[in-house]
Amino acid sequence: MTRTRFALTGTSEQDTKLTTTSSRGEGGTVMRIIVPLQGVVQGRGGLFLGSVIPCALFYFLQLYLKRHRSAPSTPPPPPKDAAASSYQPSSSEGQLPEVSVLSRSFSRIHPSPKSPGGPAYVSSRVNLVLKGGDSPYDIGLRKVSEDPYHEAGNPDGVIQLGLAENKLSLDLVRDWLAENAREAMLGGGRNGEELNIDGIASYQPFDGLMELKVAVAEFMSQVMEKAVSFNPSQIVLTAGATPAIEILSFCLADTGNAFLVPTPYYPCFDRDVKWRTGVEIIPVPCRSGDNFSLSITALDRAFNQAKKRGTKVRGIIISNPSNPVGNLLNRETLYGLLDFAREKNIHIVSNEIFAGSTHGNKEFVSMAEIIDLEDFDRNRVHIVYGLSKDLSLPGFRVGVIYSFNENVLAAAKKLTRFSSISAPSQRLLISMLSDTKFIQQFIDINRGRLRGMYVKFVAGLKQLGIECIKSNGGFYCWADMRGLIRSYSEKGELELWDKLLNVAKVNVTPGSSCHCIEPGWFRFCFTTLTQKDIPVVMERIRKISETCKYPS
Amino acid sequence: MTGPRSPEDYEPESQARKPAGATAMRLVVPLQGVVQGSGGLILGSLIPCALFYFFQLYVKRHRSPRSDSNPTLPSQSSSNLTELPRSSSRSNLSSRGSIGRVRVSSRASSIARPNDSPYYIGLDKVSEDAYDRFDNPNGIIQLGLSENRLCFDLIEKWLSENLKDSVIGSDGGYLSISGIVAYQPFDGLMELKGAMAGFMSQVMGGAVSFDPSQMVLTCGATPALEMLCFCLADPGNAFLVPTPYYPGFDRDMRWRTGVELIPVHCRRTDNFIISISALDQAFNQARKRGVKVRGILISNPANPVGNLLPRETLDSLLDFSQEKNIHIIADEIFAGSMHGTGEFVSMAEVLDSKDIDKTRIHIVYGLSKDLSLPGFRVGVIYSFNDSVLVAAKRLTRFSSISAPTQRLLTSMLSDTRFTRAYIETNKKRIREMHDLFVAGLKKLGIECALSSAGLYCWVDMSGLIPSYSEKGELDLWVKLLNIAKINVTPGSACHCIEPGWFRCCFTSLSEEDIPIVIERIRKVAETCKSSS
Repeated sequence: MTRTRFALTGTSEQDTKLTTTSSRGEGGTVMRIIVPLQGVVQGRGGLFLGSVIPCALFYFLQLYLKRHRSAPSTPPPPPKDAAASSYQPSSSEGQLPEVSVLSRSFSRIHPSPKSPGGPAYVSSRVNLVLKGGDSPYDIGLRKVSEDPYHEAGNPDGVIQLGLAENKLSLDLVRDWLAENAREAMLGGGRNGEELNIDGIASYQPFDGLMELKVAVAEFMSQVMEKAVSFNPSQIVLTAGATPAIEILSFCLADTGNAFLVPTPYYPCFDRDVKWRTGVEIIPVPCRSGDNFSLSITALDRAFNQAKKRGTKVRGIIISNPSNPVGNLLNRETLYGLLDFAREKNIHIVSNEIFAGSTHGNKEFVSMAEIIDLEDFDRNRVHIVYGLSKDLSLPGFRVGVIYSFNENVLAAAKKLTRFSSISAPSQRLLISMLSDTKFIQQFIDINRGRLRGMYVKFVAGLKQLGIECIKSNGGFYCWADMRGLIRSYSEKGELELWDKLLNVAKVNVTPGSSCHCIEPGWFRFCFTTLTQKDIPVVMERIRKISETCKYPS
Repeated sequence: MTGPRSPEDYEPESQARKPAGATAMRLVVPLQGVVQGSGGLILGSLIPCALFYFFQLYVKRHRSPRSDSNPTLPSQSSSNLTELPRSSSRSNLSSRGSIGRVRVSSRASSIARPNDSPYYIGLDKVSEDAYDRFDNPNGIIQLGLSENRLCFDLIEKWLSENLKDSVIGSDGGYLSISGIVAYQPFDGLMELKGAMAGFMSQVMGGAVSFDPSQMVLTCGATPALEMLCFCLADPGNAFLVPTPYYPGFDRDMRWRTGVELIPVHCRRTDNFIISISALDQAFNQARKRGVKVRGILISNPANPVGNLLPRETLDSLLDFSQEKNIHIIADEIFAGSMHGTGEFVSMAEVLDSKDIDKTRIHIVYGLSKDLSLPGFRVGVIYSFNDSVLVAAKRLTRFSSISAPTQRLLTSMLSDTRFTRAYIETNKKRIREMHDLFVAGLKKLGIECALSSAGLYCWVDMSGLIPSYSEKGELDLWVKLLNIAKINVTPGSACHCIEPGWFRCCFTSLSEEDIPIVIERIRKVAETCKSSS
């Protein structure tokens, strides 16, 4: 049939159009001109070209189809094809092989579902999730959950220093709950009883109750020492900061886009930002020489490299107070970041979940405060917060998106259908957060205890000759154990981590899990301990550090 | 953009394939031969154009499934390599202009758009002006949300007796406080899974028992569905869904996953029960379009019709899925909200009695309907597939249930005396409301499809619509919403192929409201009849 078409093309312009578009000529050829690439064949190229060109075309099409089918999630790579077909000479035929390949590819799909005994496949993207659970961070957590240390019950168990959880002030929360839980959940006698059950059992707005938003806004500004006020209508509540980050990643970037993230960063960003969204993280290394503080030059370099690779950078994700280092971003850096974001026209996601857990004497500055003072374009700034750290309620799963961008708020509100907070917990928190006397007391006492533990823990490490980066916030310290690793490499670091976990039985987070570029750094979370546990931990680390110093 | 690459690129390729012919090359212009031939310049330019046109056509068709679930992808991907550098330079440019507005992702902007489905428009409207017998008697009455308020008194009574102990424990000790405020497994407490398994089997009349280790708890059935969709299908793949179906599926299954739903139409002549031949036809059509079908999504009891899938249908669904090697997601969230005489058969029960590869079966459940606790946000994935379970457990980090709620529910569901009484009373009350409501409609000459479960009935108002079309149906829906001030769900929102059907949820009403609703419908019905 191809021949026919070509035979006809010779005659006139109209004919060509007609036949090529109908794409299904009847085969009534009588002409001498029966070879597909008539023109070429009659030209200098001769028979060879006439056969090679369609072959090549066909080859490219197959290549295209194959790639297209094997990885449906990645965007189809047409360039080769486009190249081949757009310029391909005589090939109105080019389009014909295409048709034939198409039907063949179907027949190829065909047999696989027919085969009766085949297992039911899961999606290929979920393989990423299935493979994702084996980082040292996860292995350590699993180990602890199998054999947790208990002073009396299991003194040989693994001590948890790998999870940023604060258990220092649970007694305060417990006392409050014991006194108020019932009234908080069902409400007092003021409203009719029926109204109260209605408020927890029936459908509530997915993005959180307005009362809770008001209370959270108040709490956030209290935690940040009244330097900023937050507008409840810019708040979206989610089931933890984890989905808050994922929702922002969905809203700010498309599949294949990227975020710049200064390293070392919180190990779970890799899941929260990337897993389901198809978004990339580009690590921007910070170094011990700068006290792991962020430099705009490094950001700029990473941005340009990404651009060269063809990756679109849609934003920067920062943690302030940073996790795992625990330092604070100062005002100048925040201004620098904003300028950078504006210059590149990208977003800033500022994770301020440890804002209230500062223990040093440096001042915490929220991105919201900078935005308030300056008349920047605010649409690009999004703050993530939560009650898991500052109110030590990770079990409640309460996260906050605070954004100045209408579109992001609208989309995030709709997406909270997948991550909403249980109404009884919301009611309970409304009462708890509205009890300002309790909250103020909690913040003060908690800060005092946090500082006490930090000082003790860092002093303990110092006695062993292990220095920590000077930090001002967070439940952890960032310890320099470069002197204890056998080889200055990721391998050496993981060997030490393995010894700490299996011999000393303390679970810590190695820097490589946080994408730290320099080996030998470890994150120690000290807030799940009691004061009495510190000597035990130090003793265990000491034993390891002694064996490590010997060989080197 | 493509020109410079091609000659050098394909030449060696062709040489490689046919090394024999080493012809003296004079081929400098791509279409040299043609150009020099009789067609001349015109052909030389026309042919590549036509070629390119067909190529684009092909690419477009090949990708169309994805574009409809996510309108942003095509432009993005079709331009992949050729346009990328250009697009990045474009973003660069706008950033230089100092007041460039920062853009959100294209998938977010499609989600952020105002609702266009009548289902959500109606819900929004009610939330602005909700009916209240005393405070707002002219407000809109909600018949569009399947929520059960008939048994709140039972729940309230239980809570007032047990709340404090169930949340913090009776001794208020250190251990129990750390059990609610500290990090818990994201996929739910084992105690709650155990209690949930017991409750599910109780709800289903003890016909099946559920294994807590095959269970993953999520914050609502909504994320349970989305999670399964993530686990079973890749972007561009599809699920077959018998229509009419629950309007929320379009959001739950498609929004973030890029998966397509292929409606498989059921008709009133079959009592809206799915036929395997229709499924087969839809499967083959999808295959012809190049769309890979990864599973079937059924709801049983069906939402919005309220009928039950008979054992034989479940049986043949299993065979069908086996034959095509696809998954089945069975949404059984209304399993305990029965009001008729039909027998509910769970997919898990059919599976028990059959020698079949179970790894393709996934059941979704939740407490929003059967225990009328939608505010608690508790959903269940019950799967026989280990990979799906492992992946879903990891994904629950994004959708986990607040621990106080879990503690509370653990004691509530473990109190089997309470749950048994609750289930019985609830069924009785739904039946009474159903009978009252259907009788009221019947007096107006409006019939409902036969149903035995659910918090709604599926009402045939095809006699009242001005034209037998989707437009006629939506006209009537607008009248009901704005004149009669009742919010119902039109069949078109559920992708029903026959116009004139409406879903009316009656369980958020009280008995006294029914005459008011019927009266409001009567007024509209009269104007419709007289005008026609």
